[in-house]
Amino acid sequence: MNISLNHPLIKKSQSLIALFILCLFISLLSDKFMTSTNLWNVLRQISVNVCISVGMTLVVLMAGIDLSVGSILGLTAAICAGLLKNGLVFESMNLFVGFTVLGAILAAMLIGMALGLFNGWVITKFAIPPFVATLAMLTIARGLTMLYTEGIPISNLGPEFEFIGSGWILGIPVPVWISLIMVLIVVFLTNKTTFGRFIYAIGGNERAAFLSGISINKIKLTVYGIAGMMAAVGGVLVTSRLNSAQPNAGMSYELDSIAAVVIGGTSLSGGVGTVTGTVIGAVIIGVLNNGLVLLDVSPFWQQVVKGIVILLAVIIDKMNQKNK
Amino acid sequence: MLEAVKISKEFPGVKVLNEVNFKFYPGKVNAILGENGAGKSTLLKILTGAYTQYDGEIKLNGKTVSFSNIKEAQNAGIAIIHQELNLIPELSVTENLFLGREMLTPLGLLDTKKMEAEAQQIFEKIQLHVNPKTLVQKLKVGEQQLVEIAKALLSNADIILMDEPTSALSDKEIENLHRIIEQLKVEGKTIVYISHKMDELFRIAENYTVLRDGNTIDAGEMKATTEQDLIRKMVGREVLIEKKNSESQFDTSILKVNNLNLSNPNNKTRKLLQDISFELKKGEILGIFGLMGAGRTELLETIFGMHPNNSQYAIEVNGTNTFHKKPKDAIENGLAFVTEDRKTEGLVLGMDISANISLTGLKSVGLLNNTKDKAASQNYIEKLRIKTPSETQLCQNLSGGNQQKVVLAKWLTTNPQILMMDEPTRGIDINAKNEIYNLIKELAANQMSILLVSSEIPEILALSDRILVMAEGKIKASYLASEANEDKLLKSALPE
Repeated sequence: MNISLNHPLIKKSQSLIALFILCLFISLLSDKFMTSTNLWNVLRQISVNVCISVGMTLVVLMAGIDLSVGSILGLTAAICAGLLKNGLVFESMNLFVGFTVLGAILAAMLIGMALGLFNGWVITKFAIPPFVATLAMLTIARGLTMLYTEGIPISNLGPEFEFIGSGWILGIPVPVWISLIMVLIVVFLTNKTTFGRFIYAIGGNERAAFLSGISINKIKLTVYGIAGMMAAVGGVLVTSRLNSAQPNAGMSYELDSIAAVVIGGTSLSGGVGTVTGTVIGAVIIGVLNNGLVLLDVSPFWQQVVKGIVILLAVIIDKMNQKNK
Repeated sequence: MLEAVKISKEFPGVKVLNEVNFKFYPGKVNAILGENGAGKSTLLKILTGAYTQYDGEIKLNGKTVSFSNIKEAQNAGIAIIHQELNLIPELSVTENLFLGREMLTPLGLLDTKKMEAEAQQIFEKIQLHVNPKTLVQKLKVGEQQLVEIAKALLSNADIILMDEPTSALSDKEIENLHRIIEQLKVEGKTIVYISHKMDELFRIAENYTVLRDGNTIDAGEMKATTEQDLIRKMVGREVLIEKKNSESQFDTSILKVNNLNLSNPNNKTRKLLQDISFELKKGEILGIFGLMGAGRTELLETIFGMHPNNSQYAIEVNGTNTFHKKPKDAIENGLAFVTEDRKTEGLVLGMDISANISLTGLKSVGLLNNTKDKAASQNYIEKLRIKTPSETQLCQNLSGGNQQKVVLAKWLTTNPQILMMDEPTRGIDINAKNEIYNLIKELAANQMSILLVSSEIPEILALSDRILVMAEGKIKASYLASEANEDKLLKSALPE
């Protein structure tokens, strides 16, 4: 059989093949890699990035970018933990509102969404480039996190909450379930709904989309809102895994998230890409991190290697486009 | 002499060129004729080094050459004026002209003054009246085209390829261009000229080559052939465009525009559109003719809700007063707008045909119905004769004429009451043109009302029941089909 690298099937599943080779390579070098404990562990670690990155994919598909997801994750994590532990106290009214685990999580997600909507509002209302608007939010949300936590972690959030990050259901870690559900929802949105089609259209040609009667601003608002909410989901996962909200949680997570999106084949200029690609991208980064740790590579080298992988992914992608 | 020997080029699934042969002679205008999709644009891309993979040979003055990029072709003296404009909107006219060959002062800095002076000089030669400092994005399409021509002239190329250079030009500008071409001929330059306008080719071209479906059909001297003969070779059958000479009676008013004004956000003193009022009846084709800059496009844009902040007007759609704040409002009122530039405004090129066609008909919130969209697209592909392997073909892989048909299909899915079309056949071959004409007539016969903007008088005359002539942002005249003719339209269109 004549297999060429230009075969469409191979092109389509290129990142999957890369992932496979990567796994093979690591498992040859370390016998700890292919153990179920390790693999579940990897998936559990990846789930946070997966949640953030599927939201990021929608943004990038629209030719936008969201630099604030790491900070939104930090802030919503802190608020979630704070509400759970201390509730809300209104001293003037002598009122105390306690939060259940579900209540705290929903509150965190709503706040994440609100922050994302604020991003979207600034971007659409004032025609500010997404890079700048979300860069501002990156600083704002991190600052608010520090103010809220006073720089001190909020810990001991109870076993019920801890279950979300550490528990198992049907033999699969809970965070994996949660990220899987998020992925399925967003895959559905992008492939099966008009909303998803509009995202691709806006990313491909915003003016043509506008002239076709698409409410560009509404779609953009929604997408940034979703990205913020997904960051909050990531925040909940991180916090419950550690049973503690760290003030600097999620720092520079936006970069891993963008990396996952790009490795997964989504074009930063919008219009081209898939959510499943991003998931594979996130898994590649996770496996790479894990492998480098198992192989005892120094953390400094880990960063270098990760950077090179991102570059390679984008270069291969570019070359493919040219061959078209 | 530039020669092409047995050039073939294949794209996935389509053979675009099949052993094509050409000879282009110096000091002559060598016309290439062919329908959209015949392979003309592909051929030009090969000649200018944009496509590097092909079979066959290109010979320049007897020597085989192969360009591995555009720069190499330029260095060999081949310049091209593209059908789709290739200027950078954010840069000034001069910066665009000298892009990649900037003039420097002795200190190695940009010699802006000298470049602007040079630009001014060349503009005078081609009678383009713009300030060299103007940003390209401020220019209308016609002016941008002239800038492209200036750019090619500036490079002192020996071989100038022109791909539909006049499709966006007014008659005066075309005359200008032809004068320049005559001049270039005398200087011994080789001109390769692609145009769908027959009268123009007979005026300026010496030789012709006809392409059809990627094959060289015939080549020879223009004076030894006739228009009908060439058309027959291009399309494989005879086509005639006839003037519409009688008009039917239209009773029901569907669109009334009253006192429409559009101010220029960059220049408060001059309005882009001034006190425009007219009425469109059900089933009527209303032609709007005017020269470049007359405000035709702006008029359609304003009605479609694209200038809500700079416009004042009262319009009635179906007897109801309304104001369109955005295109969506207009679409909901039963309007559709086939825009002039299919690449930047009409299509999402990276999406497939089906996705583009269904885009206008999607609900804001809802599920996609791929089976339905696919069926609808296949229906349009068949009805409009869109040349494509399937409805999943990306629009960027279609030829200009087929892209235009997709734009049309996209708007027809909304089942509009009022179809506005801005230069619907710009850069399209005669066969596709006729198909679109027949479609427009058919739509009107089925009681759709059509606003047709065109700078081609034969097109306006062939289709319109009534014709408005615009100049300098105002309506200057109105004719019934039976009383209109080329002279009258032109006379009314000239600015005072």
